[in-house]
Amino acid sequence: MRQDHLKMAEPVIRFESVGLRYGNGPEILQDISFSLERGSFHFLTGESGAGKTSILSLMYLAQRPTRGMISLFGTDVTTARRSQLPAIRRRLGVVFQDFRLLDHLSALDNVALPLRVAGVAESEIKRHVPELLSWVGLADFMNSKPPTLSGGQKQRVAIARAVINRPEILFADEPTGNVDDRIALRLLRLFVELNRLGTTIIIATHNEAIVRHYRQPRIHLVGGHLEILEPLAGKEPPIDLTPGPPVPPPPFGGRGHGRDL
Amino acid sequence: MFGRSADLPLAKDATSRFLPWLIAVMVFLAAVAIAGALATEVVVAGWHRDISGTITVQIMPASGLAEVSRDGTDKRVETALRILETTPGVTSARALDRDKTAALLEPWLGSREVFEDLPIPRLIDVSLAPDRNINLDALSRRLSESVPGASLDDHQLWLGKLVRFAYGLEMLAGTVIGLTTLALTSTVIYATRTGLAVHFSVIQLLHLIGAQNEYVARQFAASSTWLGLKGGLIGMTLAVPAILGIGGLSTRIEGGLVPDVTLQFHHWLILALLPVAAAMLARYTAKFTVHRTLAKML
Repeated sequence: MRQDHLKMAEPVIRFESVGLRYGNGPEILQDISFSLERGSFHFLTGESGAGKTSILSLMYLAQRPTRGMISLFGTDVTTARRSQLPAIRRRLGVVFQDFRLLDHLSALDNVALPLRVAGVAESEIKRHVPELLSWVGLADFMNSKPPTLSGGQKQRVAIARAVINRPEILFADEPTGNVDDRIALRLLRLFVELNRLGTTIIIATHNEAIVRHYRQPRIHLVGGHLEILEPLAGKEPPIDLTPGPPVPPPPFGGRGHGRDL
Repeated sequence: MFGRSADLPLAKDATSRFLPWLIAVMVFLAAVAIAGALATEVVVAGWHRDISGTITVQIMPASGLAEVSRDGTDKRVETALRILETTPGVTSARALDRDKTAALLEPWLGSREVFEDLPIPRLIDVSLAPDRNINLDALSRRLSESVPGASLDDHQLWLGKLVRFAYGLEMLAGTVIGLTTLALTSTVIYATRTGLAVHFSVIQLLHLIGAQNEYVARQFAASSTWLGLKGGLIGMTLAVPAILGIGGLSTRIEGGLVPDVTLQFHHWLILALLPVAAAMLARYTAKFTVHRTLAKML
């Protein structure tokens, strides 16, 4: 791992000859090898059905690969014991494509979940969660339950839940699915802010406007294979962000395990 | 406002409606079985207290015509009394006179005139000092050598049968308790597995945001404890009147055929612990089941 060609930083994610198949079906992912260094920002692109969600689910430990090796933070997660995984998962944040909010809990309790799971004190939770929800513009919907929220509002709750723990790696699966480009960019500002604080960001999207706007390198999936591409050069000028009132930096709080980034 | 609802909405499951009733039935059965065993013990202990420290010597009537037989029998009784009174450890020996003996027989043989002329065995009621260990075998041998037709009964045969009967009842109660425990455990395992299946997607999400199995197990354990306690309390609420009712019926039987079977305070205390025991059993069964099932998940 030391003789890795990547710069000084040790990679936070490393795939080596990873393959994935469901049952006896064909391999959805074949011989995937790459590594991402700490603090990088990548878009994950590819046709619908190219395996973006599958490769993300391998990275956030929802399943194990059929073959190959995956390491997160230097730990081989393909051979790690199950009891080791929760500690690693608490260093990750995930925005699921379908949000996966708990319908019987309020927005507050949904966002508080990662902190509760990590055993953070309730006083900390009561301080940070409303702050973050206000920041994503849901101050008036804190007590609402997901079924009463609009798609865009749910998305913001999901994003708040993913970042409340100030994760070291953030995965987002089409986090800007059903919102228009301007709102999408406003949401992505959160990720940019997190990235500035040191979080590694991987965003699966097929919204080309966003990819062009941010000019970040792309992990591109084609037919089960992967290539890392240069940022899409902005042939067209980046999208204008309407200059609204100045937005304060997002209030990230309560880490489960008081480690500085 | 932060809600206090659990991450896993277990309280709204169908399980939480039927489980307490199943547990109630099992706790009811266990409570009745335990009460039965305890009552039997009370009865046996009572009998034991009544007859320990006493023996009965029976003298068969001497043969011959009525007059001759009566005198012969009286002589035998006197000899036996002398032997008994000189035996160390015997505090008193009292022969039942003819009237008393006849009174004992009257319920079985009818009017006294009918059997007045019949040769009737005589009984001697003997009390023993409780702290002296008397060799009853030796006493019995000495009596039968000196007094023809004398036999000694220390009630052990009778008591032994009773004790075996009581032991049998206790075994039965133990079996009932064992089976209800087994049934309760299986029911909780089944309910917990159902709950895990119903809430699979929530549990998966909790895992993905870093929950340990223990985090999930704690919620199942808490819910199961409450359901167990609820069921236990319902079961006891039904069992207490049943036990009191049977006790009440037994005291109404005349002639002392059935001794007083009233349970004592510490017996009720044992019964009161049943709902707690059911709750604890439900708790640890649920916890164990969650851990075992989740160990197979990623």
